[in-house]
Amino acid sequence: MTPIVLAEAAPQADLWSQIFVFMLASFIGLGVIRRVSRLLHTPLMSLTNAISAIAVVGAILVAGPDYPIGTRVLGAIAVFASVTNIVSGFLITERMLKMFKTAPRPGEGPRP
Amino acid sequence: MIGGLVQFAYLIATALFVFALHWMNAPATARRAVYAGVAGMVLAIVATWAQPEVVHHLWIVVPLLAGFAVGVPLSRVPLTAVPQRTALSHAFGGLAAGLVGTAKYYLWFGEEAAQLTEFRTVAIIAEVLLGFLTFTGSLMAAGKLQEVKWIPQRPVTYPLQNVTNIALLLLALGLGTAVVLDPTAPWAPVAFALIIVLALTFGVLLIIPIGGADMPTVIAILNSYAGLAAVAMGFVLDNKLLITAGALDGSSGLILAVIMCRAMNRSFTNVLFGAFGQVQQAKMGGEDKVYKPETIEGGAQVLEQASLVVIVPGYGMAVAQAQHKVRELYDQLKKRGVTVKFAIHPVAGRMPGHMNVLLAEADIPYTDLVEMDEINPDMPQVDVALVVGANDVVNPAARTDKSSPIFGMPIIEADRARTVFAIKRSKNPGFAGIDNELYFSDRTWMLFGDAKHVIGELVKQLSGGSGTH
Repeated sequence: MTPIVLAEAAPQADLWSQIFVFMLASFIGLGVIRRVSRLLHTPLMSLTNAISAIAVVGAILVAGPDYPIGTRVLGAIAVFASVTNIVSGFLITERMLKMFKTAPRPGEGPRP
Repeated sequence: MIGGLVQFAYLIATALFVFALHWMNAPATARRAVYAGVAGMVLAIVATWAQPEVVHHLWIVVPLLAGFAVGVPLSRVPLTAVPQRTALSHAFGGLAAGLVGTAKYYLWFGEEAAQLTEFRTVAIIAEVLLGFLTFTGSLMAAGKLQEVKWIPQRPVTYPLQNVTNIALLLLALGLGTAVVLDPTAPWAPVAFALIIVLALTFGVLLIIPIGGADMPTVIAILNSYAGLAAVAMGFVLDNKLLITAGALDGSSGLILAVIMCRAMNRSFTNVLFGAFGQVQQAKMGGEDKVYKPETIEGGAQVLEQASLVVIVPGYGMAVAQAQHKVRELYDQLKKRGVTVKFAIHPVAGRMPGHMNVLLAEADIPYTDLVEMDEINPDMPQVDVALVVGANDVVNPAARTDKSSPIFGMPIIEADRARTVFAIKRSKNPGFAGIDNELYFSDRTWMLFGDAKHVIGELVKQLSGGSGTH
């Protein structure tokens, strides 16, 4: 009976470490995001969109291995959806952030 | 060996993502945030792809190229369309999570039933529920924002709406519990498919009763759901990178939603189930109120003689695409030594931070964009408050009228300025369907017309007049 107990104990331990990671990451997220400048809330949203498209990792692991074709089709669509978010998310964040400028320093005169 | 390297790459990617969000705390460092994010993402993708079990490379290359082909044009939309682009990307995020969860469940059901532990099954069901409801909910939100014809803009309500929604959700959760208790039962795949259908339906029904003014909150909530769906995927695949990145996204959406709710003095449940934005029952019996119109010449003169002007932008500015004209007005006034500031309400526009991005696009330095809480104490010293396409966020009824649906909502106190100019397209009430007392105040003068046109005329008047003032 011992092997069965061990086999059950392993995933159980992992479950808890996953939940710990989730909790700590949430606290870090709350702490870091609270300090994000309100000016940047729109770019923040597109940046976190792109970052949460990390789901691409899961999608690759469903589309790439030697699984039945149906599984891989779902995975490939998920890869497409995630990559779209990654590409458009990072590009539009960069595009928006480029627009945020400070006023010209005194001495530089009025802007053209 | 390769497994260790992959975990190491994931660890670095996680750190890069945390730094990326940290650098978003100031515009000066924000560009770095994007580079850190891209670096983390590339690292994670390469490490995953390099694993030996990934053998069908074409199955990744093709969707990857397709993703680029769609993603690049999506990143070039006009900035007024950023809210719908954001909603659309939440939809894609939800879809990806839902599909991966579905694929994994049926794969394990067919081949490795032992993998379907209780915990994993709970996680898969959470992933699929959150993923698919975010998918259709965000599509609906994007459609409403884009003003697609067959999606009603106004909130749609019907009898027993909330009861129906809650019943649907409970049904899905009940089926989910049944699948968790016996994930390999012969009926389980059917129940699982039903859960998907229920989640898709629930997403649509959740957004139908929501109006335009609530979109900033709803987009933030959907952002949070998309993040949580990624977390659930992380639990399913035992992948800590997915868990951390998803948790960062989830908490970001949560914080934004809380900020938006506070800025409207409402609760989550009220936004989701309150069907705000119903046209208010017409309040009869009041005396006839009259607008006091002002001419362009008169308006320009007052602006010219002011020393402090505060511009309050709202969604109307975005609709009229007036931000570039606003910038010209800003330049004209600056040239005359007038101090010009912009007062930004957190829920002005259709998503968090919407006004800031539009004004930054028009080249207005972000140092002149001031938050509501900072500008309000200075309002009595303001010579002219110029309201451009904002309505509810400057409605003094929020302070004074207990019967108003927006009572208690913090507002930009434009009514305390010495003079108020309000640009308004027509004499109809705003999005929340509420009359605005500000327009009838003794100090308020109306400039009727399209915001872009009116401001253009003001600029013409100012530049045509005594430029050497």
